[in-house]
Amino acid sequence: MSLNIIVLAKQVPDTRNVGKDAMKEDGTINRAALPAIFNPEDLNALEQALRLKDANPSSTITLLTMGLPRASEIIREAIYRGADAGIVLTDRVLGGADTLATSYSLAQAVKKFGKFDIILGGRQAIDGDTAQVGPQIAEKLGIPQVTYAEEIIELKDGYVTVKRRLENGVETVKAPLPCVVTVNGSAPACRPRNAMRVQKFKYAASPSEAAKLSDERKALLEKRPYLNLQEWNAAFVEADPEQIGLPGSPTKVKAIENVVFTAKESRQLDDSDAQIEELVKELIANHTIG
Amino acid sequence: MANFYTDNPDLKHHLTHPLMEKIVALKERDYTDAEKFDYAPLNYDDAQDSYDKVLEIVGEICGDIIAPNAEDVDHQGPRVENGRVIYADATKENLEACRKAGLMGMAMPRRYGGLNFPITPYIMAADIVSRADTGFENLWGLQDCAETIYEFADEEQKQKFIPRVCQGETMSMDLTEPDAGSDLQSVMLKATEQPDGTWRLNGVKRFITNGDSDIHLVLARSEAGTKDGRGLSMFIYDKRDGGVNVRRIENKMGIKGSPTCELVYKNAKAVLCGSRRMGLIKYVMALMNGARLGIAAQSVGVSELAYREALAYAKDRKQFGKAIIEFPAVYEMLSVMKAKLDASRSLLYACARYVDLYKVYDDIAKERSLTPDERKESKKYNRYADALTPLAKGMGSEYCNQNSYDCIQIHGGSGFMKDYACERLYRDARITSIYEGTTQLQVVAAIRHVTTGTYLNLINEYNAEEVKPELQALKDRLVAMTERYAKAVETVTSVDDACYGDFMARRLVEMAGVIIMSYLLLQDANRNDAFKRSAEVYVNLAQTEVTKHSDFIANFKPSEVELYKVD
Repeated sequence: MSLNIIVLAKQVPDTRNVGKDAMKEDGTINRAALPAIFNPEDLNALEQALRLKDANPSSTITLLTMGLPRASEIIREAIYRGADAGIVLTDRVLGGADTLATSYSLAQAVKKFGKFDIILGGRQAIDGDTAQVGPQIAEKLGIPQVTYAEEIIELKDGYVTVKRRLENGVETVKAPLPCVVTVNGSAPACRPRNAMRVQKFKYAASPSEAAKLSDERKALLEKRPYLNLQEWNAAFVEADPEQIGLPGSPTKVKAIENVVFTAKESRQLDDSDAQIEELVKELIANHTIG
Repeated sequence: MANFYTDNPDLKHHLTHPLMEKIVALKERDYTDAEKFDYAPLNYDDAQDSYDKVLEIVGEICGDIIAPNAEDVDHQGPRVENGRVIYADATKENLEACRKAGLMGMAMPRRYGGLNFPITPYIMAADIVSRADTGFENLWGLQDCAETIYEFADEEQKQKFIPRVCQGETMSMDLTEPDAGSDLQSVMLKATEQPDGTWRLNGVKRFITNGDSDIHLVLARSEAGTKDGRGLSMFIYDKRDGGVNVRRIENKMGIKGSPTCELVYKNAKAVLCGSRRMGLIKYVMALMNGARLGIAAQSVGVSELAYREALAYAKDRKQFGKAIIEFPAVYEMLSVMKAKLDASRSLLYACARYVDLYKVYDDIAKERSLTPDERKESKKYNRYADALTPLAKGMGSEYCNQNSYDCIQIHGGSGFMKDYACERLYRDARITSIYEGTTQLQVVAAIRHVTTGTYLNLINEYNAEEVKPELQALKDRLVAMTERYAKAVETVTSVDDACYGDFMARRLVEMAGVIIMSYLLLQDANRNDAFKRSAEVYVNLAQTEVTKHSDFIANFKPSEVELYKVD
């Protein structure tokens, strides 16, 4: 079986190790202070796609991402791990999009892409934490969606069987293809980059990256067509200007507040044995521990 | 989220040694492979970039998967079921990560599916893997048995086995037997030739690391009636053919994740590798040299972890109102640990570069005849590699034992508990100075380079290199140390008494070793200021060692050896 798999991914600021300068005074993210990474749950989704390809080696995996031109970095990352190709949907007019405009734009790109069997993506991105884009794309494409997936158990005869991780247990569901599956962070971690593929694809570049390269590197891109990553813009995917970017985004951020958590009954201990012992005794006495 | 390559800038320093440009150009045949293979480098910078990126993968797997798994592997360990080894669960996970990352045939040529890495970056990967899990380094590092197949097997065998290693099948070298340990001439495993040209193996092997591997190199007696090394040949046994079962695995003190097996061969089908009777004399010697370099790398990885664990604890632990790292007794220990680590690592990579150079010339010689200059160079580097391998293995493994001892000492009582990694490290370190030839046997291999002057030639070559003015004083001290060494060699060799010579061999070899490591650190400091402190600390240590040994030799009468003989 030869599957045509799309993996949706996003390049996000690494909010997992946030330092003091991670947020600007106005409450927005200081992107310069945070490294841009492959959204973690999208890597879980990529692993599920790679497992489908392991079982069906003639399949192709295409990574689709919307973002700045530099988002081609995550396409290379995906290719190093076994994906076949990638598309960056990038355009100034796509900027400032909320989840509605983002899912519309990506759905347009999927329509442009043509025939596919399954779309996989992470449950949510760590910068927005909405978990809306995957499901909205499914709605816009008019296909089923399976969320919180932990494992694709089986894919055959036009159906996919998926184990979902829910709050109080697991649920196994079956959906007809094509469909959208969003993958939970509890799914297996993505495999490492492959040494041979890194060496083969490290010079892969998108057109906007290629424009800044030396003649020597440009010549290499010409000689090795597989090194050319695709870049699509809004016009190419035939997106309605009213439905993309800021104009297409009804969500308006009113204010962002920096919330500092304060515990009401906090107590400060020094690191002396006496104080720690006293606390432990107290915790045992009120049955918090022991 | 840890990366054991990028968090250690010392590695890149060694990877970018000036001699690498020559090694890579030779290895890549002036980058002509780029026309045939889409992952071959286009030029030197491109090759270095590839090594860097691949080592980054190694570092990431080690930091994120292998190191966090090390404790579980140590606790669970492998087991035997129905004659087969079942690895600890986390070991399986480690192997799978290495396979997926394509790190299993790193030094093999591209035409067999390998990465065609020189030995130096491959050994660097071993250094990194060992820091993550010393025992796992064995399973991963046994891929260098493929080197023996590449060098000595016929083309059909190469095409059959090497791609499988590159795809992730594991290997083992089945040499030791109950009555043939250090003395491999006594190997008894019987090989019988069949009419179809294949062989059948019968007998027992013991202490075989990863003995249930997919592809075995086996040393066996092909010449019935012989008793010594000249009756031994090398065979390749393919697990797919069956005939070898694991009777038991040893319950070891350390490297518990690495199964050490007793194997029973019952009419196991095997094929001859290379020529008959050359098994021990030529192939095992080559195999052992590769393995010794591997143990040297493993030792450096242990030293690295020992130093890091000790440093972190010394910064964290407070006594008498301050961190213990502020006490001279503790910071001296840490500085000396770091100096030993840096010295043994510099020696490891100097040795790896020499191995790279002579092996690449050997390989080129299969394609065309070498020019007289190339032949001369090849010979020189072969001699240097032979001279440095026992030093790197012998002294590197002793240093990693000392460092893991000091690591526990810095942890104090906590270090004696099972709660900290240093306890496992201490047990894991212990084997490095025993297997692949004990430290005492490394001295036996090294002593001829003392008496024939290889070490002195190498030292003189290093001494001819200019250093920055601020390092001149340090270099002058090395000149004085070399004089004491030369004098001691003269004292020992002028006496015609084999017993006395053997008795003093360790001292002479250690003197040569510490002087060579001092020069290498001096070169490192000359190229990179970050090594200046270690160079100075190490030279202090080396000078003390040279003085100690030279005093002992000068004040010792050959007849005094009698005093040490024990009935």
